[in-house]
Amino acid sequence: MSCPMCERRGIAGEAALTEEERKNGVRIALAGNPNCGKTTAFNAWTGAHQHVGNYPGVTVEKKEGWTSCGEQKVLLVDLPGTYSLTPYSMEERVVRDVLAPENAAERPRAVIDVIDSATLERGLFLAVQIRELGQGVVLACNMMDEARRAGMTIDLDKLSERFGVKAVPTVARSGEGLDKALALALEEAAKPSEPLIISYGPDVDPALLRMTKIIEEKKLLTSRYPARWTALKLLEGDEVLRAQMESADREAARELDEVRRALASHLASTLETTPDAVISDYRYGFINSALRGGVVRKSSTKDRLAFTDKLDKVLTNTILGPVIMLGVVYFMFWTTFIVGAYPQGWVEDFFGWLGELMTGVLPEGLVQSLVVDGIIGGVGGVLSFVPLILIMFLIVAFLEDSGYMARMAYMLDRVMRAFGLHGSSVMPFIIAGGIAGGCAIPGVMATRTMRSEKERMATMMTLPLMTCGAKIPVFLMLTAAFFADNQAGIMFAITLCGWAVALLVSLFLRKTVFRGASTPFVMELPPYRLPTLRSILTHTWERGWMYIKKAGTVILAISVILWAALTFPALTEEQAAPFEAKIAALDAQITPLDEQIDALKAQLEGADATDAMRDMLASLTQQKEALENTKLDEENALASETVRNTWGGRIGQFVEPLFRPLGFDWRTDVALISGVAAKEAILSTMGTAYSIGETDPDEPDSLSARLAADPGWSKTVALSLMLFVLIYSPCFVTLVVLKNEAGGWRWLFFSMAFNTAVAYLVAWAGTLVGRVLWG
Amino acid sequence: MPQMNLRQLAPGREASIVKITAHGELGRRIRDMGLVPGMSVQVVGRAPLRDPVALRIEGSTIALRNSEADYVDVEVK
Repeated sequence: MSCPMCERRGIAGEAALTEEERKNGVRIALAGNPNCGKTTAFNAWTGAHQHVGNYPGVTVEKKEGWTSCGEQKVLLVDLPGTYSLTPYSMEERVVRDVLAPENAAERPRAVIDVIDSATLERGLFLAVQIRELGQGVVLACNMMDEARRAGMTIDLDKLSERFGVKAVPTVARSGEGLDKALALALEEAAKPSEPLIISYGPDVDPALLRMTKIIEEKKLLTSRYPARWTALKLLEGDEVLRAQMESADREAARELDEVRRALASHLASTLETTPDAVISDYRYGFINSALRGGVVRKSSTKDRLAFTDKLDKVLTNTILGPVIMLGVVYFMFWTTFIVGAYPQGWVEDFFGWLGELMTGVLPEGLVQSLVVDGIIGGVGGVLSFVPLILIMFLIVAFLEDSGYMARMAYMLDRVMRAFGLHGSSVMPFIIAGGIAGGCAIPGVMATRTMRSEKERMATMMTLPLMTCGAKIPVFLMLTAAFFADNQAGIMFAITLCGWAVALLVSLFLRKTVFRGASTPFVMELPPYRLPTLRSILTHTWERGWMYIKKAGTVILAISVILWAALTFPALTEEQAAPFEAKIAALDAQITPLDEQIDALKAQLEGADATDAMRDMLASLTQQKEALENTKLDEENALASETVRNTWGGRIGQFVEPLFRPLGFDWRTDVALISGVAAKEAILSTMGTAYSIGETDPDEPDSLSARLAADPGWSKTVALSLMLFVLIYSPCFVTLVVLKNEAGGWRWLFFSMAFNTAVAYLVAWAGTLVGRVLWG
Repeated sequence: MPQMNLRQLAPGREASIVKITAHGELGRRIRDMGLVPGMSVQVVGRAPLRDPVALRIEGSTIALRNSEADYVDVEVK
């Protein structure tokens, strides 16, 4: 990016930037309301030179990117979209910590505040607060094209003059004005900046002065925040700052509390109001006086929101709204799981091919088994989800950026609220398998868009209870074996059961673990816009890459551990000997039979074939087949014994008494344990443990026939297993993603233990019902 | 001019905000969105289950739950 403004920067400016900053780059922060086009501007400035991560301890995305203005390198920090600098949400806390960091060296030199020109007041409300914090601000009055089309003009010179802040008209989509905004921000960066001081009226101002004096005298937090700003925040009842003050100087904190309490009770008795209400009223008052007298001119005939209003009449209509929403959700699923199945298949094929290749290259034995079954099998399983995640997030990003997602939350909030959740919880639930066949991994990742913390956690913890695609084969196998006459009905009931349990459990969680009043819903329904391809692709790729990177590394370790658990210890030669002896004996019988059959066949081809010979051949073939079947049984018995002997098998036997009340034996228990690795593994492990060889999840017929004939199994056990599989511990990839999104290992363990406990209870209740129904 | 709370405001009628009676986080969020005394407001729609309610204020659409709209006093123009 070239810019003429740089050359005009004076000597004063050069003196203000340090040598290091001029060489390595100046840090400039990018702030603004949600939906103001900030991210589009950020992408336009930084292009591909972006780095996306997380702020430590929270799941707010940290986006930084490099750009330059003339020779000067600039590190842009894209802050999460906020309306204010209160400490109520994680986003707001992050914005504050970036603008006024503990380490003064990380403090941005200036802030570019992106404002949607149509909602100038609200945008300026944030700008005032940033200026009060002492940061130099440049206003990027964005979406100027839309404003112009709606017949709106803003006298930016007048606004700049009255507001004391430089303002530039911008259109982030086309890049208009961005160079200039950056250049102005660099000018701002090179100057010292004094915090903005505005009057808060006859009641608040004296209190503010007294507090400021105390803070300045004792130098409380003054290296980080301007004294007056600290006083303001304390008056607003800012708990985070109050705690910081408490740990800085307990006595002073009490003294400051006293001032605040006096003001609060005075305001309550005289004006029936609170300090924070008065402060916000005066802030808006300051903004309104700056905008007075023709700064903003509008033609009354054109309404920028006319198109949005028309669309909303249809899309949020009492009847059409829900119908269209169902259609949108259905389309999303269809695209993701039907179309996504192709690339998913390619990834699976690739790993299958790689596995075969390695089988050929590596000598048979433990190393081959580790590489092929453990590493390639495990990592391939994880990566095969990547196409699904990318497609799903492509659609989710489109729905989000277009403004439709906010409408979904708006339409369904009433239902979700009854269970202590938020309208925005619906999408993650649906993605996770609210419509059978979803996947909890993108579901958990989709909770990112939720801004209410308690609701978000409850959503995240309960969405793995949905009928994800990997659980379906288990249900299919069991219904085929025990409920063959009503398979579809049972599958539907299971999906409904997932919803019911998830909603009830989240209600329970919101009354216990995530207790507390519901977060205010108050949200903007942004105008409908056609999203830019670039922002959608960036969004999608960021999420996909995070999944590949984080889940990939941990999963590698987990796959190896699970492989080891189901491989070691191997049977000793003594243990295996009886089986191998039987197999060898059978082989000894089969080989001569084979020779006899071959000889007979050769004779039959000759001229003197007799009926006797044909009969002989048929009977020999029959004998051979019987022997081969016995041999297969023995081989399967060996495999079963091998599994039983491994650590995994031993654990299965160890926990068997615990799961007896549900009707599961050790084989089912091992399968459930391996199901924690991936739900797909349940069937294949059951197949091995029930000694019917490897079971193909797509064709579980043999296993289902085996179970139907097993005296230990019944409709009741099948029901209890289906309920258990539906609810118990999420698979490991989900758990890892959950750990990242919820912010801590304890949530991983919580989810494992809590869900399994719920599953146990529900499955047990299921056995009681089953006994009543089927005896 | 009749005063009422926002929940009772009929769709399409223009009104002006008189007072926000919510405290703490809710009060803060309502004000952050630009719902402050003096602003003119209009109900533009309701969700299919009659709750939340969609409001038009200066240049944007804001959704509020009915229980939250109770904290906003308005005066019909």
